[in-house]
Amino acid sequence: MTTTHADATFRFIGCSEIQEILGKQAVDERQLVEMLEEVPLDSVYYHTHSYFLRTPFIERTYPNDFAQWAAQQVQDHVLAERLSVVDPFDFQSLEALREELISLIDDHLSGMTAVPRTGFGAPFYFNRSRILEVPTGVEVRTLREFRDAISDVDSSAIYYHVFEAHLRLQREENDFSAWFRGSLKLPDLADRMKALNPYLGSLERLRSNVLTMCDEQLAKSAGT
Amino acid sequence: MIRELEQYRAVAPKGAIDFLYRLSHLVQGKRFLHISAVRYGGGMAEILRRIVPIMKAMGTEARWEVIAGTQEFTDVTRRITDGLQGREETITNEMYQTYLDVNARNAKVLNLDADLVFVHDPQPAPLVDHRKGGKWVWRCHLDAGLPHRPVWSLFRRHVLKYDAAVFSLPGFAQRLPIPKFLLYPSIDPLTEKNRELSRAEITQVLDQFGIARGKPILLQIARFDRFKDQIGTIRAYRMAKKHHHCQLVLAGSGVLHDPEGEAVLAEVQQAAEHDPDIHVLQLPPEADREINALQRGATIVIQKALKEGFGVAVSEAMWKGKPVIGGTAGGVSTQIVNEATGFIVHSVEGAAFRIRYLLSNPGVMSRMGAMAKEHVRRNFLITRHLSDYFTILKILSTE
Repeated sequence: MTTTHADATFRFIGCSEIQEILGKQAVDERQLVEMLEEVPLDSVYYHTHSYFLRTPFIERTYPNDFAQWAAQQVQDHVLAERLSVVDPFDFQSLEALREELISLIDDHLSGMTAVPRTGFGAPFYFNRSRILEVPTGVEVRTLREFRDAISDVDSSAIYYHVFEAHLRLQREENDFSAWFRGSLKLPDLADRMKALNPYLGSLERLRSNVLTMCDEQLAKSAGT
Repeated sequence: MIRELEQYRAVAPKGAIDFLYRLSHLVQGKRFLHISAVRYGGGMAEILRRIVPIMKAMGTEARWEVIAGTQEFTDVTRRITDGLQGREETITNEMYQTYLDVNARNAKVLNLDADLVFVHDPQPAPLVDHRKGGKWVWRCHLDAGLPHRPVWSLFRRHVLKYDAAVFSLPGFAQRLPIPKFLLYPSIDPLTEKNRELSRAEITQVLDQFGIARGKPILLQIARFDRFKDQIGTIRAYRMAKKHHHCQLVLAGSGVLHDPEGEAVLAEVQQAAEHDPDIHVLQLPPEADREINALQRGATIVIQKALKEGFGVAVSEAMWKGKPVIGGTAGGVSTQIVNEATGFIVHSVEGAAFRIRYLLSNPGVMSRMGAMAKEHVRRNFLITRHLSDYFTILKILSTE
């Protein structure tokens, strides 16, 4: 099965990001939520996703910029923890993700007597990213070829096929699991790939997990 | 294979060089013009000197033009630069006219035709009045977050004629009705300041400055300027010194023809008196190999400025596998991943505590140093800068 050529070639696409400054900055949590309502969805995406692209191997304490800011700059660890459990995979759209973040911050503020703000900390700067798709020229037709390619490909390709595919391009599952399922006819591997949560870790950890899954599948196929 | 790019394969992240080849295919034949006031001196010129030939070799029609000025022009642009960085300055009508006239003269002799024109810093900014086509971007390398208002008002009229502006940090930008992009500076790992050095080369420099081996070295590299807070670093060292036999190296330049720099240097020397473990080194501007060796010989690097630009010296130290203890000013906290590649501190006491913590935990120090190097490899090397330029060229020239 794993050496059989797939129905469709998998073409790895990488991406490059340019960060755009929106010129909005919040110095307290009320401003943060008000601006979060106004900014383009690309900005919500930027602050919940692109850190993984920019820092593919360092796992920070909180998985999105809002939680990170609340903890580090405002020292509001309760809000940081509440924001950190918001899992973008639970949402079908960025608008739904934005609504959840807003409602959570609103709820948090309703129980406060004063609005927490940055004392000595830095403001929250809203940015957004412009993503440029870049075909890597790497094409594979078997799981073995896929495994070898994923170990060497630029980490932005992993980001593109997993993060971009899900929320920005609104695909039902990430491109890797879709290919395992549709082309390689490996539904179990596809389910395992789909179940990987990329928000808990880093791109390099994700790369390592995908490699392990492929190796296990290849060993299993070799044994049968 | 492009030789100029291939030499970075050993230092760039996995897959990055092949990715750059692919990215460059998207902008083949595009004309990308950089314009600045100087060809030598400063991080921007260093990076352009390397990047422009690489882009050219990769199929982009990249060029770099430098404007010619007069002494009056240099004086007025220094005032504008200082004013944009918050210093109170007066620009008279006559000065302003000189600024416009010199740019107009340059516009007549320079070929300004390109798909994307990157104009670096305030000196050549009025060239936009003579644009021939393509997209024009003003690249601000300064911290213009809190400018002297009259200077900003005067200068802003030029910026508004651009299609976009690029800043090094969000906090360095002003409100503008044009798109504003964020582009971090970078370091070149192959230059004299950052290349690998042998143990013998490092030892030779440490010996040259009388720095003892076998005793932990705390290092701050910054010009002698009140905002760099060398005195604060000495206080932090003294607190740590009660618990660890360490030495402090304060190395910097910037006192030549600068009375304030001289005064700060004198204060620092006075504060360091009677302590043979504090080394105050006044370095010439061309001391790249010495800075490299000091950074590589250091145990911990401190960058505790009160006011800072992007502070690319942080990335230089991190590239050499050193944990950095830095303040929150400028871009220092953008480069350090707190508690992963070093520590962000808010006070002298905070710096002292982190120095003690690291000196007591050599394992943590080496883990942080290794992670710091990886962080720079992916975020602050010239290869990332090249990728940014290709991307912005593609995005803006096709919009």
